[in-house]
Amino acid sequence: MSPAALTPWQTLGPYFMPALLRPHDADLTRREPDGPAAEGEVIEIAGTVFVHRGEPQRDALIEIWQANRHGTFDHPADKRNLPPDPNFTGFGRCLTDTEGAFRFRTIRPGPVPHPGGGWQAPSINVSVFCVGLLRRLLTRIYFEGDSRNDGDPVLRGIADADHRQTLIAPKIADDPVPAFRFDVVFQGEGETAFFID
Amino acid sequence: MAHYPPYDPGVHPPYRFEALPAAVARAPLRPLYPLERTLSELTGPVFSENDVAAGENDLTQASGGQPIGQVIVVQGQVLADGRPVANSLVEIWQANAAGRYVHAADQSERALDPNFHGAGRCVTDADGRYRFRTIKPAPYPGGGAPDWWRPAHIHFSCFGASFMSRMVTQMYFPGDPLIEPDRILGAIPDEAARRRLVARLTPDVGERNRTLGYTFDIVLRGRNDTPFEGASA
Repeated sequence: MSPAALTPWQTLGPYFMPALLRPHDADLTRREPDGPAAEGEVIEIAGTVFVHRGEPQRDALIEIWQANRHGTFDHPADKRNLPPDPNFTGFGRCLTDTEGAFRFRTIRPGPVPHPGGGWQAPSINVSVFCVGLLRRLLTRIYFEGDSRNDGDPVLRGIADADHRQTLIAPKIADDPVPAFRFDVVFQGEGETAFFID
Repeated sequence: MAHYPPYDPGVHPPYRFEALPAAVARAPLRPLYPLERTLSELTGPVFSENDVAAGENDLTQASGGQPIGQVIVVQGQVLADGRPVANSLVEIWQANAAGRYVHAADQSERALDPNFHGAGRCVTDADGRYRFRTIKPAPYPGGGAPDWWRPAHIHFSCFGASFMSRMVTQMYFPGDPLIEPDRILGAIPDEAARRRLVARLTPDVGERNRTLGYTFDIVLRGRNDTPFEGASA
């Protein structure tokens, strides 16, 4: 069988319409704004997207995908017989503002198994789209202070400790909920570790 | 890495493309790392028809008045693994018939149309089909190079079955002489792949004697796709 004739990627461009986002797209703690709350510890993740340090990227689309507090996914490919959370979709999106800033409110995810055996540390998958990115960039958010980070197979695949550290979000506040900082830097000093799509 | 193999670099644009300074400025300088497809990658957001309201796929009805320009129908099928992808969220956004976006970042002198916002959504049916009714967008300057104009295009965003099938692209119109010199399209190395972004003129899918119809089928990366030769991971 020959490789499928895939539709090629193109850039998001500078004009992705904010109208395509719904007001609660960056709040994963409930399915609907006035609906029941998802289980687990509410956290915030805030950061800035930079072309390089000193030049923030406006109008970048950030999408996140994560497991619920039990480490399970609201998706048919997760066939494990584990507790679901009907109030948690695991998906969020946010456009950066004119200062390049974004912010999500979500639930601290549980650990997800690794196909090679063992477990991955709690993490969040991130897609970044914007003008000048001819296709998305993929990265992951891990949480500072989680003892499981040291054994995470994906983090261990990044040999350079400084580069690995760009994926581990430092805690920047405890009140009113734990808040973590995750910056995305496309190039240069502090360049984020990205994955092959 | 059997599932969702890494992309063929002939089919998709590289991050760094010298003719596009905006891409050169943003392409990571350090090598990217392989990412094994774990349950985090094999899953993704699930959508249904309940996620969009009736009429969100008709961009000509956004304001109640008739927008300026040629009304067209753009429809097609979303596929992966050789099969239709049902319940894929498909989003489009575009310039109006004067080449102007309703967006704070578009401060050009081209005319806004109070009856056209330029954004729509729908969810594919059981056969993977989507359908939009919109206005044919106009070309606009690409910026930077004085002689570069973007061909008329509609931006598409598709989700598919998992985090690894997510895809954003642009659809072009057949016969547009601006296609061949376009720098964004030119970043795709493979000519056959570039041609797949040009919709087919299919008058029969339009509304008889009212709107011309175009067909744009979309093939997302499939879980069981064959890795391209030379894949290192």
